[in-house]
Amino acid sequence: MIKKLNIGITGFGCYIPRFRIRTDDIAVANNQNVELIKGALLINEKTVPNKDEDAITISVEASKTALLRAGVSPKMLTAIYMGSESHPYAVKSSSAIIGEVLGVGENFMAADTEFACKAGTAALQMISGMVEGELINYGLAIGADTSQGSPGDALEYSAAAGGAALIIGKNKSEICANILYTLSRTSDTPDFWRRNKQQYPSHMGRFTGEEAYFKHVISTTEAMLNETGFKILDFDHVVLHQPNGKFPLKAAKALGASREQLKYGIVVHDIGNTYSGSSLLGLVNVLENAQPGQKILLTSYGSGSGSDCFIIETTENILEKQKIGKRLINYLSDKQYVNYNQYRQMVKMIH
Amino acid sequence: MHRQSPILRWRRYPERYRLEGNKCLECSQIYFPKKELCECGCKSFVNYKLKGEGKILTFTEIKSSPEEFSEMTPYCVGIIELEDGPKITAQIADADVTCLKVGDKVESTFRKFTAVGDSGVIHYGLKFKKAKSSIN
Repeated sequence: MIKKLNIGITGFGCYIPRFRIRTDDIAVANNQNVELIKGALLINEKTVPNKDEDAITISVEASKTALLRAGVSPKMLTAIYMGSESHPYAVKSSSAIIGEVLGVGENFMAADTEFACKAGTAALQMISGMVEGELINYGLAIGADTSQGSPGDALEYSAAAGGAALIIGKNKSEICANILYTLSRTSDTPDFWRRNKQQYPSHMGRFTGEEAYFKHVISTTEAMLNETGFKILDFDHVVLHQPNGKFPLKAAKALGASREQLKYGIVVHDIGNTYSGSSLLGLVNVLENAQPGQKILLTSYGSGSGSDCFIIETTENILEKQKIGKRLINYLSDKQYVNYNQYRQMVKMIH
Repeated sequence: MHRQSPILRWRRYPERYRLEGNKCLECSQIYFPKKELCECGCKSFVNYKLKGEGKILTFTEIKSSPEEFSEMTPYCVGIIELEDGPKITAQIADADVTCLKVGDKVESTFRKFTAVGDSGVIHYGLKFKKAKSSIN
């Protein structure tokens, strides 16, 4: 029987870069059919990191909002786990840099996680476990990426930049969303990978769908529903990993979820796939719009492969937290478009 | 190169990462960077973290930059008057010179400064960007 947790989210925040490129501009530059591409991916535009942005700078900005909403001193954090597949260093902790910038001090444990696009939810599970086990009082879990896609590859239309941060605690008076359950499924699936020192990832095309994304997202969500006794329609909001606009819609349909349940949880159409930030950005957008007492189902996906599923329920505190700090909608409305040449110059600097 | 020493920059993390200055215990004057002797003659200070919000007093575009910033060139630099009082010189991120004007409200943002080649340390720090209320 799955264990019910007694922890929750006390602060949450997100960040996406200011620059965008339209799917149309990438398709034209690659001599491909614009309507065909847009119809297949359901992505209108994606974020582009500036030359001075990376997964660490994105994490810092998201974490500042999370701290503001949590209303605790940075020094209260005693763990920072940051998940990404674009950690700027191969060897040097991203989480340690984030802690230094936030002013956490030196009394915290830190580690960087990696599991393709679910490195952020893996970090969330680890922090949740430590708070539940009372090893720490507050922990910060982050998922952020400046995603890679080689020129002309299908990934170029979706690989974007952004991230989200969550502060987990145990004090009921501070929790705005209880994390009730978490469960994962993992298998060795060769759908997507990036070898050491390679600039861009490799993938197996259509194999990344049925045998990878859909298998893990659907089976993990179903396992969670079976373990807890919830039905999919019991949830007010459903958030699934969103590598493009089509996959989460198809997976949600297979699970029996309605479009209304996905209203705030799907953010990929105007952002792109932010890899480790993807499902957590959807969660933050839900938390920024949810009412008290609403149930949220979150299932991430990381190639390689695995899914982490969470059942979360908002509390009365959510309304106060929503009044504080920058929301995803603020970042979405503050944008500047770049053309394809500018875009290639900008991402060349990052990767 | 002396200016790129990771150790020198490491010693300045409090000011570079968190805008930590200090405040005179006698007259409450705020300094950034920190001072050891206040204009009032007092030598007693307490650390003070500046808010990171202010307005542009003046700005320019750098087209011919030091080598370490060449990858970002052209970029904007401005003198920012912080709400807490001190004036600081800083890069203005995500902006070209045509979209800036004197008096624009700005806020701090954590960004990459330079990376020493492909194998050296990455230097981070605070830049400023236009606050939402100043964006047209």
